[in-house]
Amino acid sequence: MTTTVPKSLPTEGRAGEQPLRIVGTPQRKVDAVAKVTGRTVFADDVQLPRMLHAKLLRSTVPHGRIVSLDTSKAESLEGVKAVLTGKDLPIPFGILPVSQDEHALAPDTARFVGDPVAAVAAITEEIATAALDLIDVAYEELPAIGSAEHAVATPTPRIHDYGPEGNLHKLVDLEFGDVEQGFAEADLVREDLFFYEGNTHLPMEQHAAVADWSGDKLTLWSSTQTPHYVHRALTKVLELPASHIRVIACPNGGGFGGKSDPFNHEIVAAKLSMVTGRPVKICLTREEVFYCHRGRHPTLMWVKTGVTEDGAIKGMHFKTLLDGGAYGSYGVASTYYTGALQTVTYHVERYRFQGARTFTNKAPCGPKRGHGTPQPRYALEIHLDKLAEELDTDPAELRLHHLVPPDSVTANYLKVGSMGLGQCIRKVTEGAEWKDKFRKLPHGRGVGLACSSYLSGAGLPIYWNNMPHSGVQLKCDRGGGVTVFCGSTDIGQGSDSILAYIVAEVLGVEVGDVSVVTADTDLTPVDLGSYSSRVTLMSGNAALQAAERAREIIAPHAAQKLDVPESRLAFAENRVFDVEEPDTGMSFAEAVQLAEGAEGTIGTVGSYTPPRSPGRYRGAGVGPSPAYSYSAAIAEVEVDPDSGIVRVPTIWIAHDIGRSINPVTVMGQVEGGVYMGLGEALMEEMAYREKRGLVHKIPSMLEYKSPTTLEMCDVVTYLIEDPDPLGPFGAKEVGQGPLLPVMPAVANAVYDAVGVRVDEVPITPEKVLKALKLKAKGEEPRYGPTSFPDIRWPEPTRVPPPWEGGDGKAV
Amino acid sequence: MASRKAKSSANAQITLVVNGEPTEVAFAPHKTLLEVLREELGLTGTKHGCELGECGTCTVLLDGTPVLSCLVLALACAGRHVETVEGMAGGPMLHPLQQTFADLGAAQCGYCTPGFLLAAQALIEENPKPTRDEIKQALAGNLCRCTGYLKIYEAVELAAARMRGEEAEPAPESIHGHD
Repeated sequence: MTTTVPKSLPTEGRAGEQPLRIVGTPQRKVDAVAKVTGRTVFADDVQLPRMLHAKLLRSTVPHGRIVSLDTSKAESLEGVKAVLTGKDLPIPFGILPVSQDEHALAPDTARFVGDPVAAVAAITEEIATAALDLIDVAYEELPAIGSAEHAVATPTPRIHDYGPEGNLHKLVDLEFGDVEQGFAEADLVREDLFFYEGNTHLPMEQHAAVADWSGDKLTLWSSTQTPHYVHRALTKVLELPASHIRVIACPNGGGFGGKSDPFNHEIVAAKLSMVTGRPVKICLTREEVFYCHRGRHPTLMWVKTGVTEDGAIKGMHFKTLLDGGAYGSYGVASTYYTGALQTVTYHVERYRFQGARTFTNKAPCGPKRGHGTPQPRYALEIHLDKLAEELDTDPAELRLHHLVPPDSVTANYLKVGSMGLGQCIRKVTEGAEWKDKFRKLPHGRGVGLACSSYLSGAGLPIYWNNMPHSGVQLKCDRGGGVTVFCGSTDIGQGSDSILAYIVAEVLGVEVGDVSVVTADTDLTPVDLGSYSSRVTLMSGNAALQAAERAREIIAPHAAQKLDVPESRLAFAENRVFDVEEPDTGMSFAEAVQLAEGAEGTIGTVGSYTPPRSPGRYRGAGVGPSPAYSYSAAIAEVEVDPDSGIVRVPTIWIAHDIGRSINPVTVMGQVEGGVYMGLGEALMEEMAYREKRGLVHKIPSMLEYKSPTTLEMCDVVTYLIEDPDPLGPFGAKEVGQGPLLPVMPAVANAVYDAVGVRVDEVPITPEKVLKALKLKAKGEEPRYGPTSFPDIRWPEPTRVPPPWEGGDGKAV
Repeated sequence: MASRKAKSSANAQITLVVNGEPTEVAFAPHKTLLEVLREELGLTGTKHGCELGECGTCTVLLDGTPVLSCLVLALACAGRHVETVEGMAGGPMLHPLQQTFADLGAAQCGYCTPGFLLAAQALIEENPKPTRDEIKQALAGNLCRCTGYLKIYEAVELAAARMRGEEAEPAPESIHGHD
């Protein structure tokens, strides 16, 4: 591996001479030993003296007005210490400022089966559970809405009293150039419809929280990916000053986006602790985890694209209809995301996006790994496969010929920096022997290609402010140890480790010399949370800045003592030394002591704010990122024409990571993303019994099918290292991107294997068989949606693309 | 209003051998082994993902055999040997499986890890040289949402090789990807 200096360091003098010692080298994660010895303290492992246990009573109806709610019998049960209902927590909350539509306990209306309506704290979990049975609730049932189409067709009763009209939560209409003109200039115009079923995160850890009210201060331990946002929600709902609330995010036992919202159970545990004066724990059952949900939005999509003979995209019109479930959650952002990233892979000359999110009486949808982008990516990559076939072009070549150039701005004003998709496509096609297999394998076997891109962190915070997205404080101990404090939250991806690697690299100490304190609103500066693949880039840059500042404080004192110019100093191997005469040096600890003696305690801060995006139109806030990662995948499948069962022996995937800070954790994210994508492609679905009161069909891990060791495919991974100038040491994201191309690659491979199109995930045996039967009858060999409902779209926001003289503003 | 009383019953008291140490414990007789380990003995290294016997997260070894501790009544464990993740390391030395899980990133969030470690330990004790397919079969009852299982297989293979006395190292492509 070649050695390179961090981009933000001077390229001459001391740093220019220094090879990287840690970045790019395989490392154990800083918490690896704790995790393999059972010492990691997850939220449900927190035990406090006199701790009570809480349970939530959840609605049994999908939509109902609460007519009466009698808690007296529960209150009198021995061992019960408190019972709460909606009137005790009347202030609404929600993750987005524009969707403050949730209550910790429904005050008057339950909106889905599983919506919490009351809560109990008792001396044991058993007593709390028994008390729930003693609460009498009577509902006046209201008509329930089970799908997005149903919501569009049913304006009343409204599930919420906000949104553009009826049961529409959000409508978006953006036009970047005249797409009709694009279609007129095209040689081939094609329309397709797709449906992406909802699915859920299924983290192995059930959500848990422990609250402790000390009389004037509340501490909450929680399995949350976003302690800062939980802090804000608690401040609002409990009407306490933020300075009297401390939120500690425990290491998450898997998140995948499912622990990114402030949740009912967190607020309820806090309130119960305030009411009883005792610590209160709540741990959800697995069934309740399904009700928390916030997973993938079921999404209906229509896409129309006009291309020239050589495949150049003259115009693309994309429509999405999202089933949002019962609450807003991140849904406004999710809606925009279903239309944002279509433009960052292949050059799109003119682009129009119309997106609608509906409310339905189901568990609320939100951000799952890939947030709003797997659905349109599924559609787009299959749509391109179909276009390539009509053009009689190899789909890999089609893509390679029309890649978005690096350092360019797209039609919708997304600024692309480094762009390694071409290398990704070349790697996987070579590795999978694409040219020898595509359209050449025997019937029943096939290969399919798809590509994708994802953000390395969102360009804007979820609530408007001009402050940094990530902050780090750094303390150098006179003994040579360094402590990093950062609000970032480790959900298993290794964000704690990234802080240690970067600081150790810059200060020349070993990873083990760096202690990491994270995700504690009392102790650590704000980091917005573990979502949008933002943490390595943003907290990494903040840590890099803090460490460089510490070095700048220490270096002059070491230089003076050693009598060498500061520019010749190197920090490595726990020493500070002259690069030209390495024997002239001192230990890092001695250097810190010199600096501390001269200047006092050595501490620094670092922070990171993303660059401003060129888009200036309403809606331009969703999509921009400091850097986009790219992925390409080829799936090989075996389809049994008799049973319709699809098996996936191998997936080849190349991911443009910018630079691997730790290749071991990068590989883990790639393989884990492929795994989760495979589950979405073949089996995972959040399904409801529409005719039986919209109860969740499968709220258990046995019935919610996810891949076991027996279904997981082999993965051949290629890491493309094309450092991005804005990433720390050039690093881009890897947590979400590698999931995205898997589902369309599998779908395209199924077509290559048996000649049928399944334009809907999951690609179940029933769907494959139905399409095969149509094929046998000589009808269109396809399973998928056939229409997109009429929606009263608003007047589009028209923004001319950059090459039509646009300046990023609407006209 | 008259106070209602929740159902309760007298505690049971048993002695079982936990990680090699005879341990006396009293608990409500309906408690599962999972609950007794976590709540009565403070051994929170054993995790739970469903408490219904569906995910394998709570796997421990009962007389050397992997069991789902959420489905085992603690009362049924009197006099028996229970091994949890806390007992895997030999003093300060990590078990070879713990070493390879840590080195290869087979533990991401780490929540399913104790269950996988114990299921893998039982496999290697019975079959010192398991094939990839035998590993898949042995671990098919344990769900992991982070890793896609691949690093877990590699960690089990590497640990098994080292336990056989071989000087094994991970394949470069499993660390850095393919060239």
